[in-house]
Amino acid sequence: MSLKGRKQAFRVTRGIGEGADMQDYEIELDEGMVVLDCVHRIQYEQEPELAVRWNCKAGKCGSCSAEINGRPRLMCMTRMSDVVKETPKGVPIEIRPMKAFPHIKDLVTDVSWNYEVAQRIAPIKGPEEANWKFNQTEAHRVQHFRECIECFLCVNTCHVLRDHQEFDAFAGPRNLVRLAQYEMHPLDEEDRIPEIRKEFGVEYCNITRCCTEVCPAGIQITDDAIIQLKERVVDRYYDPLQRIWRVISGKKVRM
Amino acid sequence: MAGSGYDEHEYDVIVIGAGGAGLRAAIESARQGAKTAIITKSLLGKAHTVMAEGGCAAALANADDRDGWKVHFHDTMKGSKYLADWRMAELHAKEAPDRVRELEQWGAVFDRTPSHVINQRNFGGHTFPRLAHVGDSTGLEIIRTLQERGIHEGIDMFTEYTVRHLLKEGDRVTGCVAYGRVKGDFKAFSAKSIVLATGGITRCWTVCSGSWEYTGDGHALALWAGAELRDMEFVQFHPTGMVWPPSVRGILVTEGVRGEGGRLFNNQMERFMFEYVPEMFRGDHAETEAEADTWVEEVVSGKIATVRRPPELLTRDVVAKAINEEVKAGRGSPHGGAFLDISHRGKEAIQKKLPSMYHQFMELAGVDISEEMMEVGPTAHYVMGGVRVDPLTQESTVPGLYACGEIASGLHGANRLGGNSLSDLIVFGKRAGEHAAQRARNLAPPRIDEDQVKASIATMLEPLQRGEGENPGLIYDEMRDMMQAKVGIIRTKEELEEALEDLKAFRARADACFPGTDRRYNSGWHQALDLINMADISTVAALAALTREESRGGHTRDDFPVPDESHWGQHLNIVWMEDGDIKIRQERIEPIRHDLQVSLDEVKAMIKERAEEQGGGK
Repeated sequence: MSLKGRKQAFRVTRGIGEGADMQDYEIELDEGMVVLDCVHRIQYEQEPELAVRWNCKAGKCGSCSAEINGRPRLMCMTRMSDVVKETPKGVPIEIRPMKAFPHIKDLVTDVSWNYEVAQRIAPIKGPEEANWKFNQTEAHRVQHFRECIECFLCVNTCHVLRDHQEFDAFAGPRNLVRLAQYEMHPLDEEDRIPEIRKEFGVEYCNITRCCTEVCPAGIQITDDAIIQLKERVVDRYYDPLQRIWRVISGKKVRM
Repeated sequence: MAGSGYDEHEYDVIVIGAGGAGLRAAIESARQGAKTAIITKSLLGKAHTVMAEGGCAAALANADDRDGWKVHFHDTMKGSKYLADWRMAELHAKEAPDRVRELEQWGAVFDRTPSHVINQRNFGGHTFPRLAHVGDSTGLEIIRTLQERGIHEGIDMFTEYTVRHLLKEGDRVTGCVAYGRVKGDFKAFSAKSIVLATGGITRCWTVCSGSWEYTGDGHALALWAGAELRDMEFVQFHPTGMVWPPSVRGILVTEGVRGEGGRLFNNQMERFMFEYVPEMFRGDHAETEAEADTWVEEVVSGKIATVRRPPELLTRDVVAKAINEEVKAGRGSPHGGAFLDISHRGKEAIQKKLPSMYHQFMELAGVDISEEMMEVGPTAHYVMGGVRVDPLTQESTVPGLYACGEIASGLHGANRLGGNSLSDLIVFGKRAGEHAAQRARNLAPPRIDEDQVKASIATMLEPLQRGEGENPGLIYDEMRDMMQAKVGIIRTKEELEEALEDLKAFRARADACFPGTDRRYNSGWHQALDLINMADISTVAALAALTREESRGGHTRDDFPVPDESHWGQHLNIVWMEDGDIKIRQERIEPIRHDLQVSLDEVKAMIKERAEEQGGGK
């Protein structure tokens, strides 16, 4: 279906915080547009002040996260042909900012909380000598987590944060992925298990897999990262055999 | 946020920009004990570095033990058409391996060889497989690694602040003024040293692979502060950008596709690159499709190549011009490009080695590259030119002002080799941070000059007070279209002269546009300010292009189609601003140091011998 020349109605969040409301726009579409192109067209032709955060427009930087027709997506990777198809006839396409984060203006939110949590995570600690050795299978396990583009759509979708506002007790899916990336690095020697349990609250996650569903990088957040971290916490704190072994061997671990 | 008040901050070293070069510079500066801040107009980890795909060049000699710094040095100089600063090319080739290994210790997880060390892939212009990589998202890996290291180094981060002016006292730089994108507030910084790491200028062209940040901010800051720029006529048009659909035109298709065996075809299904091997590369590339295919088979199975590489792996300037010629001759693809085919590698290998390309074409163009050919064409990708720096310290011609990464010039000359930008960031980022911090040690904190700050703030607020005028977005689009048409891949005297006139008119329109009155996250306001940089830097690029009456590397003149070794092979264009006017002069290149010339000759002989063994050597 060619979209060229089609007049398309949009309803976009405009304003700041409580005072924000939905504003209607109409633009003419071109072939092959993505949602971000349409937002730019609105900005260039009708609303210069429209706030939208974007960088690469190629799905690599994770800046342009928004809720399009209620579904959290990257605006640069969402094709208009798909959105037009999913929108009922005569209904405008709706674009809102991510709901879980404090609103700044229009489509822009304050995502600084994610960076504050990241700051509290102990970095990698490996051998002093350079030229590390590990194989591709070991590398691949970690590389998968490192494909994260920090769009924070997972955080936006997680009900622990979106609905229950547990920002102080829970690190959120993005930063649990970061923890998993360090924990599963073949040469990392740092111990982060007590923090993963207490400070980062891995047990808050009850595995609804919403984060995995919205991840544009296709990371298996729940199965490969969060569940693995939960298992490590269980091993440390609740496994009776491990506890007995620690008593016998005299091996101390941080709790 | 109303009024024109501002907050004051004081640092030893301020780094402007948080891409690979800026982060690496800030880490080094902080490690030297300097009180360091980063000012970045985006969020952390979003800079253009995330878009780098293919890899980071370093002569680790993991994938082929014949590699070494001398070969890397030779390849860089040859790729630059011998306009690169040979001291920078030497330092880069020598130091890149340590910088890459250091990234590994900071958490970067590069793809591995069968013997469990960092793997390396082939790329255009590199004699041996040399690019450390992570699939086709190496830039993301590097920026994330530096970001995750950087946040633990005690660096203060001012995110979503855009620096608009540098402060000066006499000749030297003493600080800067920035506006906050979120609130529209202002900050004045005192700094003993400032490192520019703002990236490039490719947003000045419509078909480009650059992110929104690439509006030449740092180039303009340097120009306005009196620093010299060099090589600004050399803009790299990467041969393979997406061409269809229109909204994705320009998005990069990594050279890694060709490194993994990708073949270029015209609409007659001819592998046309065999016809475009330039004199200087004759004899080093495969002469038959069978030879090219054997090379790919050997290389992808992890063997050392016994035959010569496919001509698709010629340097970027050569491949871009070849595609352009094919399209002009009526042999282009339906949407004005060439066909790039990797489907013969099979779905599994493609998804493993080129996952984001697979994803990008599937999502944005509905093309399955494991079954169909891609349509690709040239896209403005990189500016070789930039701030002229001291090769050892990265200090510009303005004391206290440093530059590193894409904004600096010298390493790449007339054409950059793929993979040499990521290594550039970490090698010269470290050097800039180190020397900026050392300079700061001996200085007292500079005073913030209130008059300069107030004048800067007044010019920033002015667009919001105009009451009426054009939407800056429209000027932005039209100016980029003009640059695409008149200062594009093929240039002529007439068009460049027209471009310079047009840019004056665009500058006047930019000075009269109206982005509304809101200071909070007003995209139009930011754009209105960016237009000024873009107009000035486009003028610099067009003027340098008009002056260089020859064709070399990233600069092609239809009216002067061949290289002129006697004059332009020996001279650089230097551009600067004086009393508001842009000036240009030529400077003779310093002859290469004797031992480096000996190294170049040794490597040339080695390559010739090898090519002869492999069946060529004509």
